Amino acid sequence: MAEINVRNFNINFGPQHPAAHGVLRLVLELDGEIVERVDPHIGLLHRGTEKLIENKTYLQALPYFDRLDYVAPMNQEHAYCLAIEKLAGVTVPKRGQLIRILYSEISRILSHLLNVTTQAMDVGALTPPLWGFEEREKLMVFYERASGSRMHAAYFRPGGVHVDLPHQLVDDIGEWCDPFLKTLTDIDDLLTGNRIFKQRNVDIGVVDLDDAWALGFSGVMVRGSGAAWDLRKSQPYDGYDEMEFDIPIGKNGDCFDRYLIRMEEMRQSVRIMKQCVERLQGTERTGPASSTDGKMVPPSRSQMKRSMESLIHHFKLYTEGFHVPEGEVYAAVEAPKGEFGVYLVSDGTNKPHRCKIKAPGFAHLQAMDAICRGHMLADVSAILGSLDIVFGEVDR
Amino acid sequence: MQDLSDQLGERLGDRIAERAVRFGELTLIVAPEHIVETLTLLRDDFRFVNLTDICGVDYPARPQRFEVVYHLLSPFRNERVRIKVRTAEDDPIPSVFGVFPGADWFEREAYDLYGILFTGHPDLRRILTDYGFEGHPLRKDFPLTGFVEVHYDEALKQVIYEPVQLRQEFRNFDFLSPWEGTDYVLPGDEKAKAN
Repeated sequence: MAEINVRNFNINFGPQHPAAHGVLRLVLELDGEIVERVDPHIGLLHRGTEKLIENKTYLQALPYFDRLDYVAPMNQEHAYCLAIEKLAGVTVPKRGQLIRILYSEISRILSHLLNVTTQAMDVGALTPPLWGFEEREKLMVFYERASGSRMHAAYFRPGGVHVDLPHQLVDDIGEWCDPFLKTLTDIDDLLTGNRIFKQRNVDIGVVDLDDAWALGFSGVMVRGSGAAWDLRKSQPYDGYDEMEFDIPIGKNGDCFDRYLIRMEEMRQSVRIMKQCVERLQGTERTGPASSTDGKMVPPSRSQMKRSMESLIHHFKLYTEGFHVPEGEVYAAVEAPKGEFGVYLVSDGTNKPHRCKIKAPGFAHLQAMDAICRGHMLADVSAILGSLDIVFGEVDR
Repeated sequence: MQDLSDQLGERLGDRIAERAVRFGELTLIVAPEHIVETLTLLRDDFRFVNLTDICGVDYPARPQRFEVVYHLLSPFRNERVRIKVRTAEDDPIPSVFGVFPGADWFEREAYDLYGILFTGHPDLRRILTDYGFEGHPLRKDFPLTGFVEVHYDEALKQVIYEPVQLRQEFRNFDFLSPWEGTDYVLPGDEKAKAN
């Protein structure tokens, strides 16, 4: 047989590809159907968020955080608020903390629902996204009822939350929990035992725990490889230490384990939400939802009508903004995708000197090359799905 | 946290230029030539195995205007540490890609946004900005509005780049309060502070 000149060839995956989860361009070097090298080209959604934040007051910069990981907006706001509160030494009242936890967990479910169901779609299933998106829609209505906005909420503010929740809303969130667990079981029945889903995910994209740490992974990506590590447990913030919940971890570090962890985390989130609802209806039914000293959180409308002092505070907070003491802090939260951190450098004025956003997806995506090598072309989309990438936060 | 600080002070000796614990966070400042050694020691002997983040910070007023900030996390000790390196505009610093493979994109990002050079990095390309972008956007002297704008040209049937044109001049509102008072006495205001 004559010698055939075999050569590798490069293909572009994206930037407009339904499985690219946004605007990712992957340059793949293929040997037949085997992936030899992956070069992700990112930045197509780069908006210069960090530069913009440096030019805004602390409060004006907050809505940019919704636009990072736009699947779970409030977790990002949470990290930013924690960083400011750490620098300024502000404490959030109990009711405010519970509302924050409640909405952080709603965001977690929003994100995991999208990820699990679109991962199913990436490998060929169409029903899970339909079922999952119905529940997402209900959660977005809760977002809207709290903040007035379905996605870009700007609801968490330094010192607390923007407005208190109406009691009816808390009751409705409580009533949503149990029917949702039923829907989750339905999705579980569709996927977990499904032959095709397993064929596409089991033993695909295996990450060893030591590699996971060295590559800068966090969140589900390290838990999938067997690390019992969750910032809500190990470095609790805003009263997570009073909540009862479990951290699921994986054994094999493959795509299927990561899927299973996300499913279990949703159940645990519901468990946390139920505890929050119970306390918001019971012991913390009344009380301030944000810091009341007036130096960071603007006074209420009714106070402004009666008190000159409140009026001055309101005016100053919405023009000049509050000043944050000089210093630098790093605050991180366990976002659905991993550790989302904010490194804030303040020079003592009303604008941040530097606000570095540590997005979990950035570190995860950079490992595409390491994870995908030697896999088949079709596995690339399965791996990408299980990394849980959202371009808003990767490109910033 | 103070314990860790003291232990590190003992192990690294005068390789640490400064160390401080503020807001419950440990910060070390080391010279660029010691950064690889420091991170290796932290990784191997103190089990700071997770590289959380690398970023640049610009302080235009300083002679060495850039700081490169490394955040490490030890999940075993449940502690974080921050290491800072100071460098001037055209002084490269050693890449830590060999210590943490996860440093790859973070260093590319610092290069892209600040122009900080890392020696020994295998592939120091731009990462976040556009193909063919000029300048380093996160430097304090880079204007917020940038230099070029793009739009689709119907006649040429392609996207074209043009110098940025602002319909309205860029306005930067300085809300810093003049009400705090001055550190000198205003003419005609001598009696205000005397009582």
